[in-house]
Amino acid sequence: MPIRIKNPGMFSTIQDLGRYGYTHLGISPAGAADRLSLRIANLLVGNPDNVSALEMTLLGATLEFEERRIVALTGADCGAKVATSPVRLGEAVEVPAGGVLKCGGMKTGARSYLAVQGGFDVPAVMGSTATDVRGRFGGLEGRRLKAGDILPVRDAHNIRAQGLKPGALDAVSRHDTVRVTRGAQQEWFAPETFELLFSSPYSISDQSDRTGLRLKGEALRPREQSQLLTDGIPLGAMQVPQDGQPIVLFVDQQTTGGYPKIANVIMADMHHVGQLRPHEQVRFQEVTIAQAIALLQEQERWLQNAFVA
Amino acid sequence: MKVIPASDSALLLVLGDAISPELHARVIGLFQALRGRHDPRIRNLHPGYTSLLVDFDARQISHEELSAIVEHAVSAEGTQPERQPNLVRVPVCYDPEFGPDLVDLASHAQIPPEEVIHIHTSATYLVYFLGFSPGFAYMGGLPEKLHMPRLATPRGHVAGGTVGIAGSQTGIYPVDSAGGWRLIGRTPWRMFDSGAEPPTRLQPGDQVQFSAIDRATFTAMAQS
Repeated sequence: MPIRIKNPGMFSTIQDLGRYGYTHLGISPAGAADRLSLRIANLLVGNPDNVSALEMTLLGATLEFEERRIVALTGADCGAKVATSPVRLGEAVEVPAGGVLKCGGMKTGARSYLAVQGGFDVPAVMGSTATDVRGRFGGLEGRRLKAGDILPVRDAHNIRAQGLKPGALDAVSRHDTVRVTRGAQQEWFAPETFELLFSSPYSISDQSDRTGLRLKGEALRPREQSQLLTDGIPLGAMQVPQDGQPIVLFVDQQTTGGYPKIANVIMADMHHVGQLRPHEQVRFQEVTIAQAIALLQEQERWLQNAFVA
Repeated sequence: MKVIPASDSALLLVLGDAISPELHARVIGLFQALRGRHDPRIRNLHPGYTSLLVDFDARQISHEELSAIVEHAVSAEGTQPERQPNLVRVPVCYDPEFGPDLVDLASHAQIPPEEVIHIHTSATYLVYFLGFSPGFAYMGGLPEKLHMPRLATPRGHVAGGTVGIAGSQTGIYPVDSAGGWRLIGRTPWRMFDSGAEPPTRLQPGDQVQFSAIDRATFTAMAQS
């Protein structure tokens, strides 16, 4: 039944939609960096949207299937092949018994998601199978995958794959503008600083990872240097350390911080953050909280209607 | 109390602007009141020094509705903790191997190293919040004599269980990690266990005392 990792790629972990209810113990949500792509991959093979899938980063994994299995790839295109046949993104496909799925480098986007029908069979820790690499728990032994790992899979009887409507993925395709609302410490920053943030491009530092997206560009400075009393950090918060180079905190983020938060990525755009690559440029656009919530609801409706009935 | 929209899915409730055990007791009271509701739409509640972050599923509940729940919790249940805080006595071995900065701290404070241990084990500390890594408790109440800034350059590796000091705070590294705190000892306790419920030894609002143990006791406790 299981799937064997022949080559783990650059950084591959088991993820789901994250772990909730434990940030007060210092435990970050973890889960897929691009949650929308993980949901779509699961729905394509017929799983519930929160089942454990594989997240691959920049360079994909090579997996050997002991038995036939329906799978789907979403997110960044990693040029996947089974033998010599290309595997298309956003489609449920069958990997035959003994088949080898080879995922390559991603030319655009940063993360690919592989869902298998039934899902990977790893134990839930604190209600989630997401890998917490810093805490070393969840997923497979709390770590990134390595060559030779065996991934057990759950029974896939009575699960039916489904297809996306033609062009459905266009609605969530990548773009280089990420929308934000003003953050918890917005009053610390002058109007000119917000103008700077919303008019200047920022590039993604190669120091970025699942804990945070480090940005390089125009320095953002608070009106005065005062000390913030450490508080909890929401997912997607943009905090400004002393050097003025903002950091967007991400799925494996520290749960508390002492830097002012100027802005916060809207939940409907978090999947874009998960697909930004080192050295790419990004721009930030302001929306209101009400607009952000409307966009999130719109995205949810889109997902409900994206599949062929 | 100020209710600040921190994101489209989070409210930051700010109860004051100065660190004090009394204000923090109100933060914990509100934390416990909201937690006690077991509302599945509320995903995370995170106390800070003077604030509580409420993270919620914006697809299921609006900011207004959540604000109303918070206001109700404040007025109906008050913001006093519903129970006495736990007092947790943490055993610590202050052996120089475990506490490589103990001597520096002693000379910084101009007292003998034994006096550092005596002062550190005499105080009662308050867990203000957990953060940095799973189970890392930020504790206030460190006697002023032991205050010392963090290391200028953090260490690349600090063993799990190591007890440190940073400014006016003391804390325990629950798992191996990098760290810039002044290291003075180590507990044989496992401070974070992902399989336990709750997974951390310390919770926000707990009170903590340290008791000194010798190397043999440390070894025996670490093995059991």
